[in-house]
Amino acid sequence: MPDPILSFRGVSKAYGTTRAIDTLDLDIEAGSFVALVGASGSGKSTLLKTVNRLVEPTIGEVLFEGENVAGLPQPALRRRIGYVFQSIGLFPHMSVAENIAIGPRLGAERLPASRIAELLAWVELEESMADRMPDELSGGQRQRVGVARALAAEPHLLLMDEPFGALDPVTRDALGERVRKLHDELGLTTVMVTHDMAEALLLADRVLVMDAGRIVADEVPAALLAGNGGEIAQALVAVPRHQAERLAELSQ
Amino acid sequence: MNGLWDALAGLGDQLAAHVLLSAAALALGIVVALPLAVWASRSERVARASLAFASLVQTIPALALLALFFPILLSLRAVFGEGLPTLGFLPALLALALYALLPILRNAVTAQANLDPGVIEAAEGVGMNFRQRLMLVEAPLAAPYIMAGIRTAAVWTIGAATLATTIGQKSLGDPIFAGLQTQNWVLVLAGCIASAGLALLADTLLGAIERGFRERRRGLWLGGFVAVALGVGAALFAQFGGGDDEDRVVIGAKGFSEQYVLARLIGQRLEAEGFAVEYRDGLGSAVAHSAAASGEVDVYVDYTGTIWTNQMKREDNPPRDTMYDEIVSWETENTGIRVLGRLGFENAYGFAVPADVSRMRGIESIEDLANVAPELTVGGDPEFFERPEWIAVRDAYGLRFAEQRNFSPTFMYNALQSGEADVIGAYTSDGRIEADNLFILADPRGAFPNYDAVLLLSPEASRDEALVSALLPLVDAIDVEAMREANYAVDREEEKLSFDEAARLLAERAGL
Repeated sequence: MPDPILSFRGVSKAYGTTRAIDTLDLDIEAGSFVALVGASGSGKSTLLKTVNRLVEPTIGEVLFEGENVAGLPQPALRRRIGYVFQSIGLFPHMSVAENIAIGPRLGAERLPASRIAELLAWVELEESMADRMPDELSGGQRQRVGVARALAAEPHLLLMDEPFGALDPVTRDALGERVRKLHDELGLTTVMVTHDMAEALLLADRVLVMDAGRIVADEVPAALLAGNGGEIAQALVAVPRHQAERLAELSQ
Repeated sequence: MNGLWDALAGLGDQLAAHVLLSAAALALGIVVALPLAVWASRSERVARASLAFASLVQTIPALALLALFFPILLSLRAVFGEGLPTLGFLPALLALALYALLPILRNAVTAQANLDPGVIEAAEGVGMNFRQRLMLVEAPLAAPYIMAGIRTAAVWTIGAATLATTIGQKSLGDPIFAGLQTQNWVLVLAGCIASAGLALLADTLLGAIERGFRERRRGLWLGGFVAVALGVGAALFAQFGGGDDEDRVVIGAKGFSEQYVLARLIGQRLEAEGFAVEYRDGLGSAVAHSAAASGEVDVYVDYTGTIWTNQMKREDNPPRDTMYDEIVSWETENTGIRVLGRLGFENAYGFAVPADVSRMRGIESIEDLANVAPELTVGGDPEFFERPEWIAVRDAYGLRFAEQRNFSPTFMYNALQSGEADVIGAYTSDGRIEADNLFILADPRGAFPNYDAVLLLSPEASRDEALVSALLPLVDAIDVEAMREANYAVDREEEKLSFDEAARLLAERAGL
């Protein structure tokens, strides 16, 4: 295996007496699309945030492209990592174009209109959207802008924390597929946190299941569907499988 | 109606001073509140502590807050030296700025607390540092709410600034307090209209800025800023554009008619001699005396008995000349104030009852009064029942009244006529004693001290030969009849004279 782009070495995060992450070791290979799946409170979101230091581990270290993130200045680190999250967080006082250009702007770089247009095209939005304000957009359009903003600074790593959780199913499906395509075209490494096993199985090429701060399963989607990964993982896989079976029955 | 227009037209100076005071207080409030709000947004403890402090300040009545800064600044002189002003602009500025703090701080803190947490997470997630997050996200999103707080603060400050008159700062309160003193409602109305108009205007302009921020319309908020800046600039020019302030003689007056008239009499004399003058009206007794000692007031009229009991804390009651001589040497040794001389009349405290009541019930002296006091209500000005003279008289005669009520000096006489008070602590030079047919009760035990009107000069002013010789003709020139007539001319209900007119009348009667 080549050098991993992201490594967790003995990472723990404690809040008082609760351990959100419990002595976790993990390597993530460059170019992979990894899904972190688990119930609420399993520690998946906390683990993701230790990468761009929105959360600092209590002990252990996180290496990004070989460097310990604890030794990097937060703003510079975060500008190198794309971040998409459930509440989207578009700046309501900035236009779509200004929102997209914010990362480079922080590094005193101006994005030309052509680059904005390109980023909008990546997320299947019209160029004319550039001048709109966020409150003029639908929820799906907003998260598309959120993805474009995350990609504006040409990051190697894209972190997504429940990115499609608040979207309607149709938009959710379309944007999921779009992001997977961008991942492939741009040669990104993507880590996506989700509680939806179906989404993880359909988009990722490696699925990690977390429970009580530990990784309890680490499988490719096909292996999970074949029954591997243990009890907790299989309980999560059972939900979409059961739904699919019910739907198949109904259609007969 | 014409009178009202004239009164409004004459308020230019007060309006400019009022605008500057309010703007400066608001600016200071903003400068303190905004960094505090940023700090509070990063620390729950700071947020709680600063909001609790600002709310506490708000519970102090504005008048008391203004008054409190006099002793505070006086004690701070130990640190900042004798040059620290204790009256006028500085204490007014500080008190009003404290008052302006709460609405600005509360809105800023609330705006920060209510920012969408998703937006804050995004600001951190895209890699903003502390300053970028503040300037690019938090400040623009909080701006309309902060502006709404500034707007509230502006309206409060402009209203409360009228009270700055009482600590010797020129403001639109001047005509209100002067008018209240003499029941000149046109003057009161003019002051109210001017300050309310100013508050409305400020509210409109700041409202435009707020809307500009909210709707992200640059032209609107920029226009609002320019209009506010022009207004403050015009006030600055009106206040400081013409000539220097340093050479002006500052004439002090306490808050009753006689003092206003005497201040104008002094002012008119000095202006005739080529001095530029400025008035500090409506000062409290203790404030006026300290102001003369510190040189913030150059000249004012006080009364021997007041100095004797309030400043010198004496309880004995020596003969008139002994008292005067002791006061002159006490002032020289302790405050540096120069007592230029007596004006020639006395304005003593005395108990006044309607003449017919005095006849019917046979009350002619304070001894007679003491016998019936438990059935009576006594009225006094707001200072009266706190003064050592009252305590001396009360104890000398064993006075026990059924009820004790405070009135402003003007309303006190009305209260006596309407029966809300049966006896009042009146002033013997008051024109209303004759006009209202009142009887001053005799003081056989000599409990009330003498109250000869005396002309006092600040240490600095007393070294000014030209000033002293311009004022000397006033010594022994005014008898009590002339003073009563001038007082009544401004106090009566009909055909009131202005203070300036009454001062001219007084000068004529006194042969000056």
